Amino acid sequence: MGIFFWAFIIGGTICVIGQLIMDILKITPAHTTCTLVVIGAILAGFGLYDPLVKFAGAGASIPISSFGNALVKGALMDAKQTGFIGVFTGVFKVASAGISSAMVFGFIAAIIFKPKG
Amino acid sequence: MLKGQQSWIFKSRPTILASAAVGGPFEAKGALAEDFDILHKDIWLGQDSFEKAEKIILEHACERAIKKSGVKKEDIQFFISGDLMDQIISSSFTARTLGIPYFGIFGACSSSMEGLALAALMIESRAAKYVVAAAGSHNAAAEKQFRYPTEYGGQKPPTSQWTVTGAGAVVLGENGEGPKVTSATIGRVIDMGISDPYNMGGAMAPAAVDTLEAHFRDLNIDPSYYDLIATGDLGKVGHEVAKKLLFKDGIEMPLEIFKDCGLLIYKSDQPVFSGGSGCGCSATVTYGHLLNRMRRGELKKILIVATGALMSPLSYQQKESIPCIAHAVSIEM
Repeated sequence: MGIFFWAFIIGGTICVIGQLIMDILKITPAHTTCTLVVIGAILAGFGLYDPLVKFAGAGASIPISSFGNALVKGALMDAKQTGFIGVFTGVFKVASAGISSAMVFGFIAAIIFKPKG
Repeated sequence: MLKGQQSWIFKSRPTILASAAVGGPFEAKGALAEDFDILHKDIWLGQDSFEKAEKIILEHACERAIKKSGVKKEDIQFFISGDLMDQIISSSFTARTLGIPYFGIFGACSSSMEGLALAALMIESRAAKYVVAAAGSHNAAAEKQFRYPTEYGGQKPPTSQWTVTGAGAVVLGENGEGPKVTSATIGRVIDMGISDPYNMGGAMAPAAVDTLEAHFRDLNIDPSYYDLIATGDLGKVGHEVAKKLLFKDGIEMPLEIFKDCGLLIYKSDQPVFSGGSGCGCSATVTYGHLLNRMRRGELKKILIVATGALMSPLSYQQKESIPCIAHAVSIEM
């Protein structure tokens, strides 16, 4: 049961941080999203994001900050195996499922619905 | 005739021969639905873009006003119109349809009264016998241009406003039956440094107050001269700011006559945040609701202070503050 509690607390906290960034700093939703991605990437660089996922489960893996984590994790993984060039080849390895599904489902939605406003 | 620093008195009392207001589905559910001539059920109006829909709304308002006036289109000398689109395309494309010699104006949401003031000046100076003045806006087109496309789903703070989908038009003539345009006060551009496009009401309030004070000073009258004084689209937030500024400056504004078109047009349970806004807001409320009340004899003297925020999407991105303006026109029976 504990994991559900912490998923709620950690996931909620990340969303509150996003809301505060948007309301107080008056930046756009897109900038807010990017900021959270960068924060996730920095935490991953210090090896702090995976422990957070272990601790809070979906509370840490669902918010967009987890995307930053996935980018850095992929880069570090490939860098270990193939050296410097791996930083570039690995960036999208872990995140590729997320990116590809966004493209595919975005495409399907654009076919079914009117994608312009 | 110039009076004071920035006001015109129209001695010949140009007549509003006819007026028309056209609205969209959200306005049809609003508080003033009965005062619209045409209400469209579909926000697209059968068009494939919101910009095209806005043009159709403006065309409908002009054509309906001309039809109601009984004046032949070819007898109308000039058409003055403004809207919120880049390069005021809705107005220019409507002018293409109407085929009447045309002045395109941009005063953002103040375009309605800017157009009416200039139209009255033309009649007064005998530069024209008949003039059509119009203004319009479209909710989704304005959101797309100034904020985010609606389907993007960006959050809005409580200070934000709801752009009216609608257009209003008047046919002004030298003589005839109907409400008379008696004076106008042209506003200065006022910029108090607000740069938040989600708080237009707050940004525009000082401009409305500046023009109101100039009007009372130039004409040497009190606010109580009027049965109703309506600002264009300050919304809840801006209207409160305006009241406070007027009070601070020692203007005795009777609160029961001080209204805002953006607060009149929708019902309180409609999710419009601070209130209605846009060129279509003051245009439809004035040319529909308020003129109808004048014709019924409920109001004798009204003053409309249409407020406009003169920023562009580019100036906002470059972090410029929002310069604001307000033009006041008095209409008497």
